[in-house]
Amino acid sequence: MDILVTEDQEFFREASGKYLEQECPIPQVRALYGDPAGFTEAYWKQGCELGWTSLLVSEEHGGGTVSGSAVLDFMALVDLFGTHVAPGPLLATNLVAAAVSRGGTAAQQADVIPGLISGDSVAAWADAGEVTAERAGDHLVLSGGHTPVEAGAQADVLLVTARLDGTPVQVLVDPNGAGVAVTPLLSIDMTRRFAKVELDGARVPASALVGGGDATAEIAWLRLLAATAQSVEATAAAQVAFDLTMEWMFDRYSFGRPLASYQELKHRCADMKLWLECSHGITTSAARALQAGDDDAAEWVSGAKAYTGQYLAELVQDCIQMHGGIGLTWEHDLHLYQRRIAADRNTHGTPADHRLQLAAMREAV
Amino acid sequence: METSRPPESVEEFRARLEAWVPANLPRQEAGVDHMAKRRSMNEEEEVAEVQRHRDLQRTLWDGGFAGICFPAAYGGLGLPYEYQLAFNDVVVGYETPALLQVPTFVPCGAVLLDFANEDILERHIPAMLRGDEIWMQFLSEPSGGSDVAGALTTAVRDGDEWVLNGSKIWTSGAWAADYGLCLARTNWDVPKHRGLTVFVVPMHDDGVELHRIEMTDGSREFCQEFLTDVRIPDSYRVGEVDDGWTVGTRWMFHERNAMGGGSPYTSGNRYSEVVVENEGDKYVRIARAAGRLDDSRARDLIGESRTLHLASTALTTRVSEGMLAGKLPDTYASITRLMHAVDAVRSTSIAFELGGAAAVAGEAGVGFDAGQTWLVRQQGAIGGGTTEMARNNISERVLGMPREHNPFSNVPFRDVPKGPPSTAPAN
Repeated sequence: MDILVTEDQEFFREASGKYLEQECPIPQVRALYGDPAGFTEAYWKQGCELGWTSLLVSEEHGGGTVSGSAVLDFMALVDLFGTHVAPGPLLATNLVAAAVSRGGTAAQQADVIPGLISGDSVAAWADAGEVTAERAGDHLVLSGGHTPVEAGAQADVLLVTARLDGTPVQVLVDPNGAGVAVTPLLSIDMTRRFAKVELDGARVPASALVGGGDATAEIAWLRLLAATAQSVEATAAAQVAFDLTMEWMFDRYSFGRPLASYQELKHRCADMKLWLECSHGITTSAARALQAGDDDAAEWVSGAKAYTGQYLAELVQDCIQMHGGIGLTWEHDLHLYQRRIAADRNTHGTPADHRLQLAAMREAV
Repeated sequence: METSRPPESVEEFRARLEAWVPANLPRQEAGVDHMAKRRSMNEEEEVAEVQRHRDLQRTLWDGGFAGICFPAAYGGLGLPYEYQLAFNDVVVGYETPALLQVPTFVPCGAVLLDFANEDILERHIPAMLRGDEIWMQFLSEPSGGSDVAGALTTAVRDGDEWVLNGSKIWTSGAWAADYGLCLARTNWDVPKHRGLTVFVVPMHDDGVELHRIEMTDGSREFCQEFLTDVRIPDSYRVGEVDDGWTVGTRWMFHERNAMGGGSPYTSGNRYSEVVVENEGDKYVRIARAAGRLDDSRARDLIGESRTLHLASTALTTRVSEGMLAGKLPDTYASITRLMHAVDAVRSTSIAFELGGAAAVAGEAGVGFDAGQTWLVRQQGAIGGGTTEMARNNISERVLGMPREHNPFSNVPFRDVPKGPPSTAPAN
């Protein structure tokens, strides 16, 4: 979390934080594990009233920022979702809302955005595979697939990355349309749902093309936004796992003294604190670079995803190790945070994927 | 940090610097490994190099850019940290007096600002800022590195003077120094931390004998000094008698802060996040020279070194911002200190791996330098307080975990064991 959070952002976070504490305490998070959607409509709509899906939408389309810095505001909210391991298609819906607000036609904006802002509809961003688009008169024919797609089976609208004559484009697709198959997948996260999206000659009108054509820059930006959000969320979840572990270190006595008094364990806690502070720092730098549109934003974001993915996964495993057997039980809450950290780590690029991206950037220096 | 109301905005300051720097500072050679370069210098070249850095500092002084965060009363500019950060960014690609930053300005200068009397401050801080004085830390001793408070070097009062005897070690660059800040024992009859006092020691005193220590990579920067009946006036005492640990605690904070890259008193492009253009990534150059740049294992390592560098940079930014905003305590300097070591140790190993056989048997250049540097890989994890001490500090001072049990906390230092018990001779 950015240490220089503004008063406006604090106020915004306080309202959403209170709401999450009341509506979605840990027992509720656990209860949603078996739920196909992973969230309830009433919960999501009320969250949307607090502004959960309007931050990245421009004012003329009914959205608005809290502090004037949309990306930083959104990350302040994402941080809360990590802290509370909160349910709901936050990232998926916001990515699509942002994409349409930034690059959609007036008709697309009027069609898609109001529902996402009110919470009446949910969107998913399909960008994890290969889809080919071909022109057929005033239609596009889509073939290929994306997996996994967060909230794919809950979405009322899909934003699909595709290639049209070799050029990256974005297409709005009705998940219930002909030639579109959406299959729910198993999910390691308690409340997050993923699906496989398959397109077998799905026909959409050419007007479904977002921005009318080449979307290379837009897709790159959405990927940076997604990777930053995951890094921020994983950091917040890891912070809770670490805090729980620190409490345990003081409360748990072994051989007549608290675990916190053993130097071997103290040094491991120091390392965990280091990883956590580095994660807070590097996600802050990534979010600020993305907000400012800096040239090195992609480098910061890949650095953040690579660092948090690698070190926070180790951190949460070491938290479990320090708890001993109880840390591996269903009853203990540690695995809720572990699950979210895992989901954030391996989707939208593993740490190794991002390290290779960094190497390519360094080669070009 | 004492700061006055800035007469010009950071932007105006930066604009003035952007005009001044190219006209007054020499360009930095691209792609030079400074550690390797200094390793290969002979004594004459070393002396010339130190003088060059003194001259660079003088250039900054004459241009009105020395001691940006030092108080105006002692020759500094008295400006907030953001002005120093602007300076660090503007001088990227230019030579700055890197050799004078640590330990002269930090921790020595910073400690003087916190504790020294007016006479010391008025005389020595401007001299540091002019490049006239290089300072040294007389902190570690041969008997113990991490246990700084266990100093055996003794100061005995004699009228208005103190007489110092003992030995100090790991004084980096002391052969070129003018003054040392010295932690000495003034009372053996109280527990360890309560019998220490800090003094200013002139290096050129006849009673100071200096030896240079040769390290495994051939460098001879570190020194050991023997102090024999060195007489110091009481006016060169820093802080109260027997209260040296109050000074020492703050001293080590400044040291950690400098090691972590977050001190307002250090100046130069190595404290900037701005990348020098056309220099290229060191790890890419090593891998390319070894013919391994297309190997995905090598590329993964290049990405890892960059990840650690970014994380370390971002951590320093966060902790500096947090301290300035009063949201993080000074103890967080241990975290940046640890990260700098973690980054340096891992990145040194990565460079060694990327160099392959050329790192152990090759021609002079990036590949073989990686091997030489690997020999002293632990340097960054030992100097400036070991990483073990940093982990102790983080767990105890930041996380509030229990201190290590110390059976001697109330025992006069005289009676604390300083070696294994002597055994009776075998019959």
